[in-house]
Amino acid sequence: MIPELGHYALVLALVMALAQASLPMVGAQRGIRPWMQLAKPAALAQFAFVAFAFLALMYAFASSDFSVAIVTQHSHSQQPLIYKLSGTWGNHEGSLLLWVLILTIFGALVALFGENLPPRLKARTLAIQAMISVGFLLFMLLTSNPFARLNPAPLEGDELNPLLQDPGLAMHPPMLYLGYVGFSIVFSFAVAALIDGKVDAAWARWVRPWCLLSWTCLTGGIALGSWWAYNELGWGGWWFWDPVENASFMPWLIGTALLHSALVVEKRDALKSWTILLSILTFGFSLLGTFLVRSGIITSVHAFAEDPTRGIFILALLTIAIGAPLSLYALRAPTMRGGGLFAPLSREGALVMNNLLLATMTATVLLGTLYPLLLELTTGGTVSVGMPFYGATFVPLALPLLLLMAVGPFLGWKRGDVKGALQRLIAAGVAALGAAIIAIWIKTDGPILAPLGLFAGVWLLVGTAIEFMERVRLFEGNAARIWTRMRHTPRASYGMSLAHLGLAIAVIGMTGAAAWKTENIKALQPGQSLSLQGYAFKLDSVAGVRGENYLADQAHFIVSRDGAFVADLYPERRQYLVQPMPTTEAAIRSTPFADLYAVIGEPDGKGGWTVRVYHESLVSWIWFGALVMVAGGLTSLSDRRYRVGAPVRAGAVQIAKA
Amino acid sequence: MIMSRKRLRLYLVLASLAVLGVAATLVLRALNQELVFFLSPSQIAAKQPDAGQQIRLGGLVETGSVKKDGATVAFSVTDLNKAVTVTYRGLLPDLFREGQGVVVEGAFDGTGQFVASEVLAKHDETYMPPEVAKALKESGRWQETQGKDGAQPMMTQ
Repeated sequence: MIPELGHYALVLALVMALAQASLPMVGAQRGIRPWMQLAKPAALAQFAFVAFAFLALMYAFASSDFSVAIVTQHSHSQQPLIYKLSGTWGNHEGSLLLWVLILTIFGALVALFGENLPPRLKARTLAIQAMISVGFLLFMLLTSNPFARLNPAPLEGDELNPLLQDPGLAMHPPMLYLGYVGFSIVFSFAVAALIDGKVDAAWARWVRPWCLLSWTCLTGGIALGSWWAYNELGWGGWWFWDPVENASFMPWLIGTALLHSALVVEKRDALKSWTILLSILTFGFSLLGTFLVRSGIITSVHAFAEDPTRGIFILALLTIAIGAPLSLYALRAPTMRGGGLFAPLSREGALVMNNLLLATMTATVLLGTLYPLLLELTTGGTVSVGMPFYGATFVPLALPLLLLMAVGPFLGWKRGDVKGALQRLIAAGVAALGAAIIAIWIKTDGPILAPLGLFAGVWLLVGTAIEFMERVRLFEGNAARIWTRMRHTPRASYGMSLAHLGLAIAVIGMTGAAAWKTENIKALQPGQSLSLQGYAFKLDSVAGVRGENYLADQAHFIVSRDGAFVADLYPERRQYLVQPMPTTEAAIRSTPFADLYAVIGEPDGKGGWTVRVYHESLVSWIWFGALVMVAGGLTSLSDRRYRVGAPVRAGAVQIAKA
Repeated sequence: MIMSRKRLRLYLVLASLAVLGVAATLVLRALNQELVFFLSPSQIAAKQPDAGQQIRLGGLVETGSVKKDGATVAFSVTDLNKAVTVTYRGLLPDLFREGQGVVVEGAFDGTGQFVASEVLAKHDETYMPPEVAKALKESGRWQETQGKDGAQPMMTQ
């Protein structure tokens, strides 16, 4: 019964979305106020119906209702509750429902908190958002009904893919979707502004918090995904440039560009049409990602087996959703004149360079992702584009961006004093040079990337710190004065410093992890040991253990260094109840400087086990950095200027400049 | 100096051209040097790649061919016409099975032995790497079978 109600709720949500997509739009065109006002209740009702459907599906998973097809395919009665619940989005249909849920959440949030928006803009934004809903609800109801029943119902389900039974992955899709589906509302704002024909500083101020929220969630989602890959896949790596990863990384890159260009619109009334274009493209990349992941068109080590016919539907959606706004953009963009002029060497100039580099980086990732497909279509040859390609294209473009990032915040709007900025960055330069020399000293014959990456990371880290200290004048006056100044510094400006700091930390971590990772592999009998980086890993014993829904061989390693005990590691090789495949559970000991990472493989049949151990330098900095970036995003979001309805005079915004 | 709109636009265009030019150069170089081509066992039998050239090899793990020696594994990858023997030092992915599809990346060493640097894992056991499906189709041994994914190959031996 409940699944049927869920299905019915989806149909009602579609009806609501249709109403919300049409009436307020016409109302805004003709100036019919009641029709415009309809957008708010429609958005709330649509959200309520989709939320009901989502809860109904979650209930089916929680209660192991195996008459629902996807519950049978992706759940098992003995699974821990958290993985029953996360099974809701661990499959195509359910994750699509989550997609639509987030789409409607953002619609409802704008309906509720957009009280200070001009009524026309609000009505149109919600109407556009509802049009996206219509597309995806139709997609779900026509091709991927999550509530399809099985008759007769099986007694037991097939279990969630064991690789997905990990706390990191339980949270990863909702976070990621909040991010990249969140950009839909920015897209809706942009299209509404195109129809309105008016983009100004006020528009940018309304859009920025949504952009910031999406960006923050996307950052967190990508970091969680990478953390999961590191913990769960047992490859000892954290990023593979896999098409599925790129699918979420491209919206992040272009969304980061958008976040910065919207700032220029807000503060200086320039780069307007570029910002609108970025808003459309960012969501375009989200849709493209959805298409790539679900159509199975791209060869990926972790593509899910999906039905290619569904791909056609998403491709059609993508074409309409991006094609129509881009045509509108082509018509309207020439009418959007930028206001503020600026010198090339200025804050605006730096942000333009930021946008140029980020857009180019996105383009290289896009090319790398699609190239195998293009080549196969044109010549029939099959290639894979992996780490070496991105190392040779993406990384050289990222380095100048990192160098520029430390300088930009020192420059004033309109015209900046580059010489003064560089003078104040001398300490950062010295520290960065020191780090690069240390990198060469650690490993003389290492890749050139190591000193360069560390140089850029430390430069940005110290540069950001100096900029922050100068902004609040940390060493002037007594403690009380400093405290007052710090309290009066806007939260958004703390947010910027934190986010930049986080990226610096993550870059240092990525460089260390990429350049200095070492590994050893050997077949060991219990009692034997292997050594790596001065550590001795002794295989003490292998024992059978029983988990909630799996059996495992658990190895016990005693790690020591120069005879002194360091850690116990317990990697496992798990066999889940239903799924025939065993999974490896890595054992990791994290310290700030390096992780010790052990994996156990198959028995060799002679009482020995293949074991693989890694020494991963600085790898935990990556996730710590991501966490700091998320903290930066949240801090910015809490800035009261985004909550206070009354438009703030542009001049009153005090990004305090020394 | 605050510049005129025209001047500013000129600078923007020049900056974009510079960045795009650098990016295009990097990409073209990388496409020449950093791509890894996918070959089937039959293609390798027809034309042996140079030693040291990175390639991806795809097919089915030949039944009965897996031999372990300490941490080193040797197995044959077949498209059911031709087979290539692969050695790999490392942990096999969880889904590695005799008779199942596999993609290995590596290169031939000087003695004509294919040494894998990576054996690729998948998320899903019903998933057949498209490259493997293609190799099997080309060798004429592909059989579409029932099942929703239609991608389970049959070992016809």
